[in-house]
Amino acid sequence: MNDFQIRELLEEVKDPEVPVLSILDLGVVRSFSIKENIVDIVLTPTYSGCPAMQVIEDDIVSILKNNGVEKVNIEMVLAPAWTTDWITEKGKQQLIEFGIAPPEKSSVDKSSITGDARFIACPRCKSENTEMLSQFGSTACKALYRCKDCLEPFDYFKCL
Amino acid sequence: MTEQDALFDYCLRIGDSSLIIGHRLSEWCGHGPILEEDIAIINVSLDLVGQARSVLDYAGKIEGKGRSEDDLAYLRDVAFYRNHLICEQPNGDYGRTIVRQFLFDSFHYLFLNELVNSKDDFFSGYAEKSLKEVIYHMQHSTKWMLRMGDGTEESHRRVQEPLNDLWRFTGEFFAVNEVDKILISNGIAVDLNKIKPKWKQYVREIIEDATLTLPTNDWEQLGGKEGRHTEHLGFILAEMQFLPRAYPDATW
Repeated sequence: MNDFQIRELLEEVKDPEVPVLSILDLGVVRSFSIKENIVDIVLTPTYSGCPAMQVIEDDIVSILKNNGVEKVNIEMVLAPAWTTDWITEKGKQQLIEFGIAPPEKSSVDKSSITGDARFIACPRCKSENTEMLSQFGSTACKALYRCKDCLEPFDYFKCL
Repeated sequence: MTEQDALFDYCLRIGDSSLIIGHRLSEWCGHGPILEEDIAIINVSLDLVGQARSVLDYAGKIEGKGRSEDDLAYLRDVAFYRNHLICEQPNGDYGRTIVRQFLFDSFHYLFLNELVNSKDDFFSGYAEKSLKEVIYHMQHSTKWMLRMGDGTEESHRRVQEPLNDLWRFTGEFFAVNEVDKILISNGIAVDLNKIKPKWKQYVREIIEDATLTLPTNDWEQLGGKEGRHTEHLGFILAEMQFLPRAYPDATW
């Protein structure tokens, strides 16, 4: 097996909480390599307490082993810290299609410190007339918003 | 005390504080005053317990006796815990929980903000990661301090009383012991004296904006960093550690 085939298999592994998004598009795979049928993967967590990380690790091991890899070593690293800026453009598009507003660019801007709500477009009707209901949503990575035009509540993948 | 002992103790102080206050917050699960707050406070809890896991994992490696993060969380008794006393104080009503969280979050944020400069690679990476999450925690508890303090007479009273009550535990944030002295000298630990004035300024500003009164009581209740705890920690551990102690080989 070569790097290209490993990449294709990793593309199959999805974030269990956002099942359209592959872990490559999520940006949690820092690097991977294969040598003598043993795969080394370096992962980084999204949020410290994210329960999806264990599922992702298990899924990686199982898909690679099912495809003939003998051993998978996963190393979890904290630095540099994961940021939503690492979500690919394709990933952001998939989030919108799934009904989740993608994170705005640059996670370290002022509004994440002052807590001022930004203008987030509704993933359904595209209106920017939306409001934040809560900084914390259904999972650690999301905030809860509401569209004031189509009146639908929606998740916003908040900046980190 | 060797440098290794000091480093192990320092890990416990950081990890235990996040674990115990995170566990306290988890007691709100399903009991939050409104749905959004139930979700918010459990998100904060999840972040803190997640942060605790990685520090306790590192603590086990520093100690070098083969103890895992679970061994450290579930198989140590009260006297071996090093968390700040404020973390173990009971939730009370939501006002009390928010005051406790506000006092802790504002310290936690400033602490991590310095820990990113640690010469220990684990701590600097850990701090950079955790800081991103803690910014959201601090925003959340700060906003509730403002809303409740500057809300109704009733909400004002329900944050002023716990503020007066919990104030005596805040001195411990900045209390320096042997562990700090050893680790500050080699650039690993945060110089707590450096963040004290910043914390006081931030807390004073928010308390004033919230129309609350800054407590004047200067008594500092210390002990957590040396394993001398209030009566509450034993009850927390009795619940938190029950399962792994009763069924040592239990797995999911």
